[in-house]
Amino acid sequence: MKLSPLRCALLVLAGAAAGFAAPAAHAGKTLDAVRQHGRVVCGVSTGLPGFSAVDSKGNWVGLDTDVCRALAAAVLGDAGKVKWTPLNSQQRFTPLQAGEIDVLSRNTTWTLTRDASMGLHFAAVTYYDGQGFMVAKKSKVTNVKQLKGAEICVQSGTTTEKNLTDYFRAQGMKAKPVVFESYEASLKAFFSGRCQAYTTDVSSLAAIRDKEVKNPDDYAILPELISKEPLGPAVRRGDDEWFAIVKWVVYALIEAEELGVTQANAESLKRSANPAVQRLLGGAEDMGRLLGLDKEWAYRAIRAVGNYGEIFDRNLGANSPLKLPRGSNQLWTKGGLMYAPPIR
Amino acid sequence: MRRRFAEAGRRAFLWQALAVGLLLLGGWWVAGRVEGELAARGIRSGFGFLLQPAGFEIGESLFDFHAGLAYWQAFLVGFANTLRVALPGLLLATVLGALIGFARLSPNFLLRALGTAYVEVFRNVPLLLQLLTWYFLLTEKLPPVADAVEFLPGFFLSKSGLAFPLPAFAVAAGELAWPQRGLLNIEGGATVTPEYLAVLLGLAAYSAAYLAEIVRAGILSVSRGQVEAAAALGLTARQRMRWVVLPQALRLIVPPAGNQYLNLTKNSSLAVVVGYPDLVSVANTTLNQTGQAVECIAILIAVYLALSLATAALLALYNARLLRRGSAA
Ligand SMILES: N[C@@H](CCC(=O)N[C@@H](CS)C(=O)NCC(=O)O)C(=O)O
Repeated sequence: MKLSPLRCALLVLAGAAAGFAAPAAHAGKTLDAVRQHGRVVCGVSTGLPGFSAVDSKGNWVGLDTDVCRALAAAVLGDAGKVKWTPLNSQQRFTPLQAGEIDVLSRNTTWTLTRDASMGLHFAAVTYYDGQGFMVAKKSKVTNVKQLKGAEICVQSGTTTEKNLTDYFRAQGMKAKPVVFESYEASLKAFFSGRCQAYTTDVSSLAAIRDKEVKNPDDYAILPELISKEPLGPAVRRGDDEWFAIVKWVVYALIEAEELGVTQANAESLKRSANPAVQRLLGGAEDMGRLLGLDKEWAYRAIRAVGNYGEIFDRNLGANSPLKLPRGSNQLWTKGGLMYAPPIR
Repeated sequence: MRRRFAEAGRRAFLWQALAVGLLLLGGWWVAGRVEGELAARGIRSGFGFLLQPAGFEIGESLFDFHAGLAYWQAFLVGFANTLRVALPGLLLATVLGALIGFARLSPNFLLRALGTAYVEVFRNVPLLLQLLTWYFLLTEKLPPVADAVEFLPGFFLSKSGLAFPLPAFAVAAGELAWPQRGLLNIEGGATVTPEYLAVLLGLAAYSAAYLAEIVRAGILSVSRGQVEAAAALGLTARQRMRWVVLPQALRLIVPPAGNQYLNLTKNSSLAVVVGYPDLVSVANTTLNQTGQAVECIAILIAVYLALSLATAALLALYNARLLRRGSAA
């Protein structure tokens, strides 16, 4: 359904007004609610391949959706118990603030403003991204400097819009952003030739190029990265218990990769000689109890979606149509940035 | 008798004042609660952000806006952009609506049929779809800016919009009054973007359908006898329209047409779907950068409300004048 801006306005106001009907003391309530309803309500994008999009069989797939599945598996014992709520960039934070979704897992950049002033907490980073530009090859543009004075299509409600301005200002160039609220409209405008460039996170650019155009070779992604875009799931403020659960489910997936635990071998590794592996899988020690879960929480998450490396490869990397390199998203032991605090 | 009326009037006024007072009090209380609630949930609130630098560019603006200026200035640019599309939209819709209204009354069958078809199509397709259609027609069908067509000297049409020359006095030193081909796009002169054109045409075409019906109904409401009497006096068709029909029809046309003008202005808030930086678009961006949804939405509501009330007041004035003139005659 498409809401007119003024309707949205009323909704936001109603949401704010409803705020005082529900008491502010939410602590610990999310886990209870999730258990009671038997599902995790997960906010995703309206369709970004590799991160969250509906496949040909009508299932939500992607890295961001696997985070929600892992969460459902850890908390409810069933990775299928997720309710998907597609949200465009502009809408995404309000439902989280208003308590309509339990977690926002949707290529969302962790920034100070969002973390400190929007009633939410980022739990972890699941993808280290950066902003880039895509141009039509026939424009002969090969670097960002040549985009001086160019019109650039961008979606509103993103960090992208401001980065664009910052970067161009720093370079002493002027940009003319053409700002769309809807993702589809922004893409359609770019591919019809309205703008000389399209800008967003580079991983998204790759996904867009792969999915939206008949001949991906007609478009080039420029070499410059103009920003840091650490993407990760966010939860509502004021519920430390749920915050910890989401954070540690993500870390468990990363730790699993580091320890060599995969979807296939998790079962047998339960009796591993390595105490760290045992602890992760709940072979002996019960770490889940500390999170308000049971001892097989991480085991179930890994069985459901695999470790971080497997999730990456399946959705974005070697085993996906996108074939993105691991890059910064490699484990810290292999020169990347993915690092989970110890699970002990 | 008269005293009793005055007293009743005073009492009614008191009740109304009381109601308004209660409403304000209620609003005040809600605002306080919302503020407390937002603070409890760690959401920043207040209007202080309006003085901070906006940090984003606006694609088209009547003023010289840049990212270093404050949020309130960005809102002003958005507001100006809303007016910039709504006011010419009103004019265009009125002219178009009147023409179609007359066409529907024409003795010529073809004209009548065309008028009817227009009204049915434009009234029954949702405005959102119409805007998107206009926009994608403009951006799909026009050539890319590198191959812009110069259909008159200095007038370039392309996917990047319409570039046209400016009178020399309107141009700052160092800028070009006459558009010419640059490296990536057309430089100099003035441009209106396809976003602007799409919103303008979309709003005007849509509202014209409604206005046409209003004009038609207004004219039909003047009784045949009057027209016949005027004809008997020897007035030509044009004179009959000007001196007999229109003055009476206008009284019936103005109030509903005013409503339509209001709708057009409010509908301009759909401009975001085609990327036109109107007030809503600026509010969206601000809302996202600052996270202050309640404040941004409150500003939007206040502005649209003020616009609506102002239009309504103007129309009431105009209408009162018409009526007075009518009864004096
Ligand atoms: N990481 C950036 C950008 C994320 C973003 O929203 N990107 C857009 C463009 S790729 C998107 O996902 N749109 C899909 C949608 O709105 O559903 C942010 O958090 O602001």
